[in-house]
Amino acid sequence: MRGLAGRPPRRAAALLAAGCLLIAVLAGTAFARSAWAQSLVADLSNHLIAINTGFVGTEVVLFGATDGPGDVAVVVQGPPSEVMVRRKSRIAGIWINAASLEFQQAPSFYSVATNRPLDQIVGDAVLARHEIGLSHLRLPPAAPGRAAPDTVREFREALIRNKQELGLYNTTHGQVAFLGERLFRTNVYFPANVPTGAYTVTAYLIRDGDVVSAQTTPLAVSKVGFSAEIFEFAVRQSTFYGISAIIFAVAAGWLAGAIFRKV
Amino acid sequence: MQVYLPIAEMSVNGLLVLIMGGVVGFLSGMFGVGGGFLMTPLLIFIGVPPAIAVGTQANQLVAASVSGVLAHWRRKNVDVKLGLVMLVGGAAGTALGVFIFGILQRLGQIDLVIALSYVLFLGGIGGLMLIESVGALIRGRKAGVRRKLHKHTWLHGLPFKMRFHRSRLYISALLPGGIGFVGGLMVAIMGIGGGFLLVPAMIYLLGMPTALVAGTSLFQIIFTTAIATFLQAAANHTVDVMLALLLLVGGVIGAQFGTKASGYLRGEQARALLALLVVGVALRLAVDLVMPPVNLYSITVPVDR
Repeated sequence: MRGLAGRPPRRAAALLAAGCLLIAVLAGTAFARSAWAQSLVADLSNHLIAINTGFVGTEVVLFGATDGPGDVAVVVQGPPSEVMVRRKSRIAGIWINAASLEFQQAPSFYSVATNRPLDQIVGDAVLARHEIGLSHLRLPPAAPGRAAPDTVREFREALIRNKQELGLYNTTHGQVAFLGERLFRTNVYFPANVPTGAYTVTAYLIRDGDVVSAQTTPLAVSKVGFSAEIFEFAVRQSTFYGISAIIFAVAAGWLAGAIFRKV
Repeated sequence: MQVYLPIAEMSVNGLLVLIMGGVVGFLSGMFGVGGGFLMTPLLIFIGVPPAIAVGTQANQLVAASVSGVLAHWRRKNVDVKLGLVMLVGGAAGTALGVFIFGILQRLGQIDLVIALSYVLFLGGIGGLMLIESVGALIRGRKAGVRRKLHKHTWLHGLPFKMRFHRSRLYISALLPGGIGFVGGLMVAIMGIGGGFLLVPAMIYLLGMPTALVAGTSLFQIIFTTAIATFLQAAANHTVDVMLALLLLVGGVIGAQFGTKASGYLRGEQARALLALLVVGVALRLAVDLVMPPVNLYSITVPVDR
């Protein structure tokens, strides 16, 4: 679990709680004012990415509306996990994994889409708070203070680069497109090697250099059908899985031998 | 035809894997080796994580060895007693190998150890085989003087002597047991049956009749690979049956043709070809170890079981 405050699930909960409180307070005064909390609404074309045997990657459309002009950033984060980054060094003529740094919570998937480059318009502090953009991603090392800041930066960049090569971290796919003034949409692409788990898709509305509204939508990525059954079997009943794998292989080998005997 | 692999959590081109399985299966049937030494590097090359390549390969080798041994069995080319003695060592080697594999995975050095053992074992044995078989090819049939059946060395002084009627041998049980042990280690750590090591060891160290060697080593490999499959599946969750299915469909078919094709090759020709293949794979991996890598960094999910 993520221990840090301000990560998406907690942020979403806090936002929701704050929103409810606000509505409760304001409810008596004016109905019209409740629209304030809804300056941005968004939803996904699909809330479940089903990985079946023929899965080759998929695209999910996020669409939404704002209550007026502003910039929109859409951030998709996969379930966090520990990641070990290793660097090879030349030892006795061959390249060997030598230095390593473990990161405590790196999102297994991260993608960001904006309607235009935000670095010039929005301050770093705001982008960092909401983790908008790869350079603003929070990647805490597992043992903070042990490694020099330079080393942490170097490994952090390597982590991002490697994830990008795997297609799991990206900023290029599906830029946010506005249809008119208020409607927007973006396509989020998930490659075939997308990790399974609970994802969050957050759309931010940015006005005057600050985030004025945000909405988080959950997205589940899970194996279904035959793949899911095999995975469950392999993890839950690994002993029987191992035995079945052997029986299966012996039967297949025997069958082939028997068939080819006649040929 | 993309196929999603549930354990490796990636999708591969199913047709490509089928063809890879078929080609490697053909070679394995022809030379009486498991073919793992080709398949494991190929799988890693197409992006399968090394741990899963090794674990799944063990599973595939069970099927390949069963179908391969059937043909030898019908020709009565299996020395069951000697195979069983080898298996005792093989089982111990496999168990130790899976244990070492787990430790190396935690240390982040498994890729290195896989590559290094490939270079050392394949390079060393392949080189020796190449020299020997090329020499035999050059000498041709004229020099086909039979080796002395009884060349007594210190190996014959070892205790626990056993009689192996089928192979017409009277040797220490420690010898086949020890060879099996090393073979078992290789199954677990390198994802190979170890046939390329077992075959020459059985010919040169044991002095077994060449006709019996392929069948007997395959017979023994069935069991070591089965043990490895079980341990890798139960302890490391690194056996992907989808991948194994693709590999073995291609593999068992290829192996049948390979076994038939082996009838058309002379012993030293087959050995020279096999040696070339083995040395080629070793060189390829050696180059990777020595050349500066394109990406110095690698990322993994830490294993802490």
